[in-house]
Formats: sequence, structure tokens, C-alpha cells
Amino acid sequence: MAFFNKIKNLFTKSEEESASDVLSKKTKLNIGLEKTKSSLFEKISRTVVGKSKIDENDLDDIEEILITSDIGVETTLKIIEKLESRVEKEKYINSDELYNILKKEISSLLISSSNIDNDIDSENNVPYVIMVVGVNGVGKTTTIGKLAYKFKKSGLKVVLGAADTFRAAAIDQLGIWADRVGVEIVKQDMGSDPASVAFDTLQSAKSKNADVVIIDTAGRLHNKVNLMNELAKIKNVMNKVIPNAPHDVMLVLDASTGQNAIEQAKQFSAVTQVNSLALTKLDGTAKGGVVIGISDQLKIPVRYIGVGEALGDLQMFNKEDFVDALFTN
Amino acid sequence: MFENLSEKLDKAFKVLKGQGNISEINVAQTMKEIRKALISADVDFKTAKEFTATVREKALGQEVLSSLKPGELLTKIMKDELASLMGSQSVEINLNSKPSIILVAGLQGSGKTTFCGKLALHLKTKNKKNPLLVACDIYRPAAIDQITVLADQVSADIYKEVDNKDPILISKNAIEYAKKNNNDVIIIDTAGRLAVDEAMMTEISNIKSNIKPDEILFVVDSMTGQDAVNTAKAFNDQLNFDGVVLTKLDGDTRGGAALTIRSVVDKPIKFIGTSEKMEGLDVFHPDRMASRILGMGDVISLVERAQQQFNEEEARKIQKKIAKNTFGFDDFLSQIQQIKKMGNIKDLAGMIPGVGKAIKDVDIEDDAFKGIESIIYSMTPFERSNPNVLNGSRKKRIALGSGTNVQEINQLIKQFSQMSKMMKMMQGGGASKMMEMMKGNNMPKM
Repeated sequence: MAFFNKIKNLFTKSEEESASDVLSKKTKLNIGLEKTKSSLFEKISRTVVGKSKIDENDLDDIEEILITSDIGVETTLKIIEKLESRVEKEKYINSDELYNILKKEISSLLISSSNIDNDIDSENNVPYVIMVVGVNGVGKTTTIGKLAYKFKKSGLKVVLGAADTFRAAAIDQLGIWADRVGVEIVKQDMGSDPASVAFDTLQSAKSKNADVVIIDTAGRLHNKVNLMNELAKIKNVMNKVIPNAPHDVMLVLDASTGQNAIEQAKQFSAVTQVNSLALTKLDGTAKGGVVIGISDQLKIPVRYIGVGEALGDLQMFNKEDFVDALFTN
Repeated sequence: MFENLSEKLDKAFKVLKGQGNISEINVAQTMKEIRKALISADVDFKTAKEFTATVREKALGQEVLSSLKPGELLTKIMKDELASLMGSQSVEINLNSKPSIILVAGLQGSGKTTFCGKLALHLKTKNKKNPLLVACDIYRPAAIDQITVLADQVSADIYKEVDNKDPILISKNAIEYAKKNNNDVIIIDTAGRLAVDEAMMTEISNIKSNIKPDEILFVVDSMTGQDAVNTAKAFNDQLNFDGVVLTKLDGDTRGGAALTIRSVVDKPIKFIGTSEKMEGLDVFHPDRMASRILGMGDVISLVERAQQQFNEEEARKIQKKIAKNTFGFDDFLSQIQQIKKMGNIKDLAGMIPGVGKAIKDVDIEDDAFKGIESIIYSMTPFERSNPNVLNGSRKKRIALGSGTNVQEINQLIKQFSQMSKMMKMMQGGGASKMMEMMKGNNMPKM
């Protein structure tokens, strides 16, 4: 459960350690005190120590780590190329340096997201409207519940819109979250027009002076043209109530999804101009490395990560922690 | 993608043109391309490595037949190997006990509840069973409501205990209920759980040991990436499941996870989910999945379905008409009727390599045919063969006759011209080859 946290703690700790601690760290590893630290990266460290350049085997190991994190062939090759050219320039390299260069190269592909709180506070965006989209089963409704909790806790008035009118009991599911968090929900019956639900939600939020509106939508596979057109319609109807709404279109991605996530990001962006990502289910063994390619190619930042099923299990995305987690078992 | 891979492989071979068989040297160059292709399809890193090694062994020393390019030969070896790895035959689920108990498990969001609804319908219609759905996901908000709605949609019985927080007790009570209620199959829907969540994994093991199911199915999202290997292993270690259900295959994922799971846990894939509708459940075909992973398109399924429906003579006539630009609404109508028998046109076209992408934005709904037919029936024979004469007053008349409006007629005309365009495109490209195959009644050699 606390997998991500564990890693986070581990790495904050290890970053504080100076290079001279490396030896003692290794001893610890050998006597098995730090189980989780027996990472794949340790394997590289062992192979690289004492060499002046990286050989084929090291590159193969690095490639394996990157590929098994779902980073994808293209992005992995890009990272390795950059790594090779850096190593060529700087003649001698030890494992710590190599690790840092690798981390920096990967971080540089991840773009940062703006702070949403500033956007919400802005006078022009009242209420601030977030539309949540994604394929089936990625965790849209759960993410909305957690988001609502986060906003409510910081003193904002939140209204949810149940525009997933297709999936059985989706409206009830969002309703339960709304009750748990203690926020308002606008809904119609199952099978009603989702655009009309979105319209109603925005009008209601406006008249009640809400600060944030979050619109849930039905999961849809990005290759279904009709369903994608419906999404565009839901989006377009919103700015009839509030100019420039939605202010944020958030694509939810499941961390266990492989290379198909790139296609998802492309297609959802084409229809709704996605401007942020939420990466869910990072408390499992999946690494979610595919967002690196998405961030690099499509310039869409990851804003939130889901790390558990409790209300508070939604964190702001942190590049460094994320990259560190790639190298930990 | 198939064209891509095959081309790349050919290129790698070009250096050694004239060589009669596949040797150590020329194979080595192509292995990297193959591994890349597999990994891009989400096949697990190690599985891809092992698979490449197997293909290489099989390929070495093979004579390159004069009719096949080396790249094609290698692709064929790969496809055969993939298909055999994924099991050469589809395996049925065990329904021998009375009642038979089916336990459904998987990660969050993999599609367990939807699958349970589909399975109930499948067992009702195909196996003449009287299934009982059991709501054992006591954690996710509204999960019980969801399965209740689905049970209602497929007219299956449901057993639930809204206030009971013990899934073992609920399933035991459900079994008693089934015996009294004459349900011969019990489908138990469980909560989604992560493989690393010890408490939840222990819970599902306890459900298993208490109710002793006849069949345990592991539901997995076909879009899963490299993590498939960890998840499948963990669930199998805990449950020793009998089969796998691959969901959301109506997306455009290549589905490499299927190969990963198969080679890691060696359990058959028993069902695939192909739409959000309750009817969208199919048995698994290993060779078709092999084509999909290699990005070859599902030509075999298409040809099979086409062979069942297509009238050879009709096809030839239509081809001529497209060529001569005299393809009219009457022909459109007869095409629609044939296509209707085959299934959704977009699904069909999507099976042709390279065409799926091209028609991505051509929008043809499957239930849109009814309106189209009535509109065409309201046209005069002259209008049907000369679509260009349709002016405002004619459209108004047709709208009145078919109970539609002018807007819908305009839309049909647009669709019609899109379709004609597509057909012309197909004539020029790879699809004409497909027509040849249909006519010749030959299965494609790949």
C-alpha cells in the first residue's frame, strides 16, 4: 500500500547521504537490511563501478529498467542516446554520477505543471471548472472523489457533475463520494444526455457561487468516434454557461497501462485539448513510465498521482520522486 | 504495422540477398527489430527476449521458399510460434458441477463486473443455464448497484446482502440460495485488488478455500503494460486460477499482455471482451491474437466472415461499378444488407491492415442502418442510380416518405459519398488484394 511513500522516504534519505556513505550503504545491502533497496539500479552500480565507460551490458541493464517501467522503445532509446553522449564527454564516471545523469535526463523529459491553486484563486475563473476524461476503468470517479476532498479541505466550495450517465451505477458511485466528502452533486437519471448534466451542473454552481466544479464523464475507448464526439459536445456546452470553461481537462491514466496510453493521450487531446494528467494506481507494482513519453511528445504535464483507495490518497506529482521510484523494486 | 515490420525485416536481409536460407548472421540483425516490435506491443521484456530466441532457433537453417521474402518467412514463423504459445485451441469453462461456482478476480478497473454480466448472458443464451450473479465487491462505492443493474439488463438472478461486510459469508449464503432457487451456475463478482495488497489477497484466497469454486477466472485489461507479468504471477500464486479473461479488446491496443500472461503462468485465455454491450463477449482465438500483437490486422477473421456472406458474383459487379463510378444507392443498399449480416462495418474495416486508421473518422453507426434503408426505399429508382439529382424538393419528398428530415437525408448523402470514396481508396490499395482472396476462396498465406 504505502509502496510509493516507502520509496519516497527511502530516496529522500539516500539523497541526503553523501557519496562517502556509498560503501556502508552497500554493506547494509549485502546483509539484507534494506530489502527494497536491492533495486535494479544496484545491479547497474555493481557493473559500472570502476569502469571509465559504460559497456553494452550496462546499457542493456539500463534498457531493461526503462522498458520494464513502460517507458517504451522510442523514449528509452532517446534516453540512452543522451546518456551515451554525456558519458563520452565526461571521461570518467562512477555509478553515482551515472545514476544522477540518468535521473536528470529522464526528469528533463517530464514537463512541470502549473500550480492549479493559483488558477482557482483567479477572479476570472469563478467557478473553476475541471472536466475529467479517460478510458474505462482507469479510476476517474475515484480520482474525482479524492480531488473534491482536497479542494474542500482547503476551504473551497465544490460541486460535482455526474455526467457519466452510461455506466451502470456510475451516478450512485459519484453520489457516495459526494456524501463522504460532503460536497454537492448535480445529477440526472441514467441514460440522460451527459451534455445536459454538465450544463445543469455549471448553472447550479454559478448560482451558488461555487469555487470549483468537477465534471465526471463516462469512460470511453479513444477509438470510438461517436463517443469521442459526444465528449466534445459535453465540453462545448460548458462555455455557454461559463466563458472559457472547462479551465482544465484532466485525462486520467491507469499506471498499469502500457504503450496504448500514448494513443489515449493523443486521441483525447485531439478532441478535448487535455491539459493535465492524473496517474492512478501507483500503489501497485506498475511504474507508469509511459507518462514520460506522453509528457515529452505531447507536452502534457502530470498533475496528480493516485496512491491508494482512501480519500487522502491523491498527491501532487513530483518529478524527482517519480523518477526515483522507477529504479526501485 | 505488419507492413512496417515485414519491410524492416526485409531491409535487414537485403545485405545478404541471394542467400538461400536463413543463417546465423542475417538472423541476428533482424532480432532487434522483432524485439522492438514485441515490446511496443506491450509484451513483457523477458518474454520478448525469450520469444526472440525461440524464433531465432526455429528460423536458423530454414530454406527461404522462392515465393516468400525472408521477412515474410520470418513473420510467418513468428506468427505461428505466437499462436502456438497462446494455446492452439480455445478452452471451455468447467460447468460440470451442480451448481457450478465461478469466481471472478482481478485488479481495479479491469472490467470484472461488466464481464460477470456478459458471462451470465452468455451462459443463458449459449449454454441454456440459469445463472446467479453474486455481489461480493463490498468495498467500491455503488459496486453492488452496478451488478444489480447489469443483472436486470441481462435478466439474470442476483444475490446481494447490502449490509454484510463478509464476502465469504455472502458467497456461502449465495450458494445455499442458488440450490433453493434452481440456479445451476453461480458467478461471484469480487472487489478489485492490487497484487501487493496482502490483506486483500488473503481475503480472496480465503474465499477460494471456503467455497471451492469449479472455475476461477482472472480478468485483465488488454491495455496492460509491463506490469502484467507481476500481476498475473501474484494472482496465480495466490489462486492458481483456471483461465484468463482479456477485456477492452475493442480498443486499439496491440494486447501484448496476452502473450506475457500466457508464457508466465501458462493458463489459457478463455474469453475476450469486445464492447460495452452485454453481448460483447467472444471466445479467444490464439491465431487472431497473434496477428494483432504483430500488428497484422485480423485478415483471417474478416475473410472468414466475408466468405460466409459474400456472393461472389455480386462482389464482382460492385467492383466494376466502383471502377466505373456508377455505384448508386441501390448498390449501397445491397452492400448494407450484406454488411449487416457480417457485423459492424467499422469493426470489419478495422480488421484490414492499414484501413483501420484510414477510416477512423468515417462515422458509421451499427444501428444507423434502419434509417438509411427507409430513406433509400423512399427514393425513385432514378434517384437511386443518380445520387446527384437529389435537390431540395426531392429531399423534402423523401423525408416525408421515410419519416425522417432533410438533415438526416443530407447526412446519408454525406455518408454515402464518404463510403464511395473509401471504396475507391480500397480499390487502389491493399484491399483489392483482399477481394481477390475472397473470390478465390483461398485462405491467406501468412
